[in-house]
Amino acid sequence: MPSIISISGVTKTYATGFKALKEINLDIERGEIFALLGPNGAGKTTLISIVCGIVNRSSGTVTVDGHDISRDYRAARSLIGLVPQELTIDAFESVWATVSYSRGLFGKPANPAFVEKVLRDLSLWDKKDAKAITLSGGMKRRLMIAKALSHEPRVLFLDEPTAGVDVELRQDMWAMVRRLREDGVTIILTTHYIEEAEAMADRVGVINRGEIVLVEDKAELMRTLGRKRLLLELRSPLAAIPETFSRYALELSPNGDQLTYTYDNQSERPGVASLLRDLETAGIQFRDIDTQNSSLEEIFVNLVRKDA
Amino acid sequence: MNLRAVWAIYKMEMARAFRTVLQSIVSPVISTSLYFVVFGSAIGSRITEIDGISYGAFIVPGLIMLSLLTQSISNASFAIYFPKFVGSIYELLSAPVSYLEIIVAYVGGAATKSIILGLIILATASLFVPLTIEHPFWMLAFLVLTAVTFSLFGFIIGIWARSFEQLQLVPLLIITPLTFLGGSFYSIDMLPGIWRTVTLFNPVLYLVSGFRWSFYGKSDVSIGISLGMTVVFLLICIAIVAWIFRTGYRLRN
Repeated sequence: MPSIISISGVTKTYATGFKALKEINLDIERGEIFALLGPNGAGKTTLISIVCGIVNRSSGTVTVDGHDISRDYRAARSLIGLVPQELTIDAFESVWATVSYSRGLFGKPANPAFVEKVLRDLSLWDKKDAKAITLSGGMKRRLMIAKALSHEPRVLFLDEPTAGVDVELRQDMWAMVRRLREDGVTIILTTHYIEEAEAMADRVGVINRGEIVLVEDKAELMRTLGRKRLLLELRSPLAAIPETFSRYALELSPNGDQLTYTYDNQSERPGVASLLRDLETAGIQFRDIDTQNSSLEEIFVNLVRKDA
Repeated sequence: MNLRAVWAIYKMEMARAFRTVLQSIVSPVISTSLYFVVFGSAIGSRITEIDGISYGAFIVPGLIMLSLLTQSISNASFAIYFPKFVGSIYELLSAPVSYLEIIVAYVGGAATKSIILGLIILATASLFVPLTIEHPFWMLAFLVLTAVTFSLFGFIIGIWARSFEQLQLVPLLIITPLTFLGGSFYSIDMLPGIWRTVTLFNPVLYLVSGFRWSFYGKSDVSIGISLGMTVVFLLICIAIVAWIFRTGYRLRN
């Protein structure tokens, strides 16, 4: 099946001359959760805004389920729900009125039962008559999501969905995203919380300085770029690492009781087994042993740094 | 045509008016009553009549126009500026609505409010002075045409404005003086020659004059010119709005 969103050759230069996007090409697969990672100012929000019709692009084409976002904007936009980063709601409207308004704005017939379901799913039902201004930050965030879901979108954009959100709401939100995916909704989330991408995404794209520097299956990315780390808690502290271990490039903790060995899957460096054998031969004993996979965060930081 | 969207926006705008009923309806009624007390009674006791119309009755069409102009502009400019200011405009821009639909809904909402307001002022005025309306159809036509034209004008200001100050600037510095100098409270025949000519360049004169004609059958300038000028101004506003939307000016940039 063709991809649900196809972005090709999209650029954006603002009136100030600032080039926010340089030639973006990206395809989002139907039904996936795609995480767009990037530091602040990388162009994440600009890219989303272009796809959603909020900002005009300077060049390039975008299609949503085959509909060109300019020529066929009605069909394209009615498929998309957007939860922007900022909490921007008409403060004086009730929860019920503002969600119903969103549904109408997207051309859907009134459906109180559906709006009720959305509000219940987001634990907003008992606040349905409250004015938006009286809601807590977390509740406002839920309300923004309710508005985006009110018109039954097939593609949901979540721009920094968990920025400034407490742990409980974050868990709820992740659960909600998974439920939506089971219903076949494609989800694109931008984040700079790498753990979010790591926990949720099927694929990860990294954007930096207006360019997509990488798009990869998340598991694949972790495997190929991921590093492993072996931690050894020593029985008795070492003053220095013996000469014979230089080929392992070990790191010794300042107080001398922990050795760290970093290696990756394609490494030329000798394996863990030989290190352990050599340690035994040298009479260095350890109390405990632990291995760690490097996180997406480290992968990401490395990528962005390399690019800088 | 996404009529559901037009209806949703329109309903929301009307709900806003009823929520702020004090500001939207009550305050203009009070200020109109004050005009009657000050202009109608204090000055009216010295100018008894103009063109055979009692002064109190003479100023009614001008008073209605005054409120209609300022309220149409402020309703429409605020309606589109506020979402821009708080950022909630993202939803409107990402929705499957055309520019025409956005305009019909916002301008329709703003114009409806000011027409209701105009009728309320008319009703209030009828408590103070005896009124006759010789051409009810034209009275309504001027009411609607003016409300729509200046709501469009307000919409343009709301899109153009980058701050609350700019939002107030045009109504305060241009519209209010034009209205006061547009023959709301006097006949331009009462002005000395040079000022009479200057006044002819004031577009508000034509609105007030035409509107007064629909009440009393008497006007400063001919009714055809009044109507023509109003339509010209409407067309100018439509042209500007069309340009704004074609270029995405201050909306999608």
